[in-house]
Amino acid sequence: MSKILEEAITVVSPEHCKGCGLCVISCPQDVLFQIDGFNSKGYHPADYTGEGCTGCGMCFYACPEPAAITVYKKGAEHDAA
Amino acid sequence: MPKKLVLERPKGFYEKFERKPGDKSNTHYCPGCGHGVIHKLIAEAIEDLGIQDRVIMVSPVGCSVFVYYYFKTGNIQVAHGRAPAVATALKRANPKAIVVSYQGDGDLAAIGGNNILQAANRGEHITVFFVNNAIYGMTGGQMAPTTLPGMKTTTTPYGRDEDNEGPPMKVSELLATLDGPTYIERTAVWDNKSIAKTRMAIRKALQCQMDGKGFSMVETLAACPSGWKVDPKNQYEWMLENMQPFFPLGVKKDIRDERESWHRTPRDNSAEEVSEALDLNVPDPKLFPSEYKKDSYRNPSIKLAGFGGQGILSAGAMLANSAMEQGYHSSWIPSYGPEMRGGTAYCFVNISDQEIGSPTVSHPDVLMAFNRPSLEKFEADVKTGGLLMYDSTIIDVEPTRTDIEVLAVPATKIADGLGNTRMANTVMTGAYLAQTGILSREAMEQTIPKALKRKNLVDANYLALKAGMEFVENQ
Ligand SMILES: Cc1ncc(C[n+]2csc(CCOP(=O)(O)OP(=O)(O)O)c2C)c(N)n1
Ligand code: SF4
Ligand code: SF4
Ligand code: SF4
Repeated sequence: MSKILEEAITVVSPEHCKGCGLCVISCPQDVLFQIDGFNSKGYHPADYTGEGCTGCGMCFYACPEPAAITVYKKGAEHDAA
Repeated sequence: MPKKLVLERPKGFYEKFERKPGDKSNTHYCPGCGHGVIHKLIAEAIEDLGIQDRVIMVSPVGCSVFVYYYFKTGNIQVAHGRAPAVATALKRANPKAIVVSYQGDGDLAAIGGNNILQAANRGEHITVFFVNNAIYGMTGGQMAPTTLPGMKTTTTPYGRDEDNEGPPMKVSELLATLDGPTYIERTAVWDNKSIAKTRMAIRKALQCQMDGKGFSMVETLAACPSGWKVDPKNQYEWMLENMQPFFPLGVKKDIRDERESWHRTPRDNSAEEVSEALDLNVPDPKLFPSEYKKDSYRNPSIKLAGFGGQGILSAGAMLANSAMEQGYHSSWIPSYGPEMRGGTAYCFVNISDQEIGSPTVSHPDVLMAFNRPSLEKFEADVKTGGLLMYDSTIIDVEPTRTDIEVLAVPATKIADGLGNTRMANTVMTGAYLAQTGILSREAMEQTIPKALKRKNLVDANYLALKAGMEFVENQ
């Protein structure tokens, strides 16, 4: 079930993340962090706190990996209920 | 462009990196590597500008050697530093393509320094994305021309010393002094603002090429956390502190508005145009012999070898030129020894009624040896069934091969009899004509005046040619 988002969200794909932390630094709202756990490559992947993302896209452009970060802006369709 | 509601993996990338061994969804770059950031900006621009099916990416040597793993475009990977030359060829052969040369600072500024300079100066219609991370990343962190003063690398363990290694090279400023380039900007990826500027600059540079305005380049200061031995989390600070003072950001040249769209008109290189420019006579119909005396005489690869000063190169050129006069394809490649006189000199000639693939000759059908070292050195290379001609006045040994045809010509003696030993080359040429019949005396006689610098020797050379022919005919 996809729905139209009322607030922007950022989704990190943990297996595509190399844990460099650049997205965390780039986020003006300070709503990204790196988890304590590891992904299968041994990196601490980034994650979204779940609140406060404005959809500015800074993290998307700061991230060196093609598929690690997706930013869904307000009004975008998203699968999560 | 409609505002995007989702920022996701740009379509300029492959969905899956099939060419990459192992993990096919991530890049091979280290965590935090600036190449990845720049790749994403380029892939997004390619998608947004709608040029995906026109782009050809040229991958360099360096950490970005695998650009072709990632971009869903045309791709080619080339020798170190040579991306601008290959990009030039790609663009000239496919003017509608958008050709992108992606290069690191070792690749572009060190080994490829002259390549980029010449391409920029020619105003090639290519776009260069130049990633300046102040180091050789791929090979483990050696000094690059762009390495910062005091910066420790594996080859500058005390830090780059400007007295010893010179200051960092400012390539964008350097290229901006040339008339050729249209747009050159230096950007950085060290914070959100600089990344946004880089994003725009990449688009401007590609648009410049799309508009037919000529050479564009974006130099981007980017992180190599592994080479710098800096934690990616501290790389932005490192860059601001160390790179910013030496590499001022900004537009170094931008004449996109003043410059008209222009395109190179390829020369058609028709036979008529070439022969007029080179003052050649292209006969029609072709004046090939209808039959060859021997099959092995047809389409010969010839090597002429002797001392410098014996006229080896000019004899070869006369053969090649007179072949052209007769409508053959021909090629001539000289090889100069280090000395103009006294050293060895040799040249390769191909004469063919077919197009010639390669002008070099490793196993000649015909060897003309004008001195003993040449005979001894090259006899073994002659093809079985081939022809070996040698100057028997000068060479006091005999060839030993029994599977080839051998013709001893006392060329120097005959030339001496005509008053000038230096005409031994023409005598030998005459002997070759008579022996094989593949070239006509008339064609040769048209060539001699063009080949000789000293015009008073023309008649004497006609006689030398005739004497060489008669030597064979009277055998
Ligand atoms: C002809 C040749 N010489 C030297 C090398 C070794 N080599 C490979 S990459 C490289 C330097 C690359 O540095 P740079 O262009 O700055 O790219 P980076 O790896 O930093 O992205 C060198 C010298 C080579 N592969 N080929
Ligand atoms: S889109 Fe902007 S606000 Fe949202 S997580 Fe990314 S950087 Fe932070
Ligand atoms: S910038 Fe990309 S790779 Fe680095 S931590 Fe964030 S999501 Fe992971
Ligand atoms: S060595 Fe440097 S340039 Fe190469 S992938 Fe790693 S961080 Fe990037």
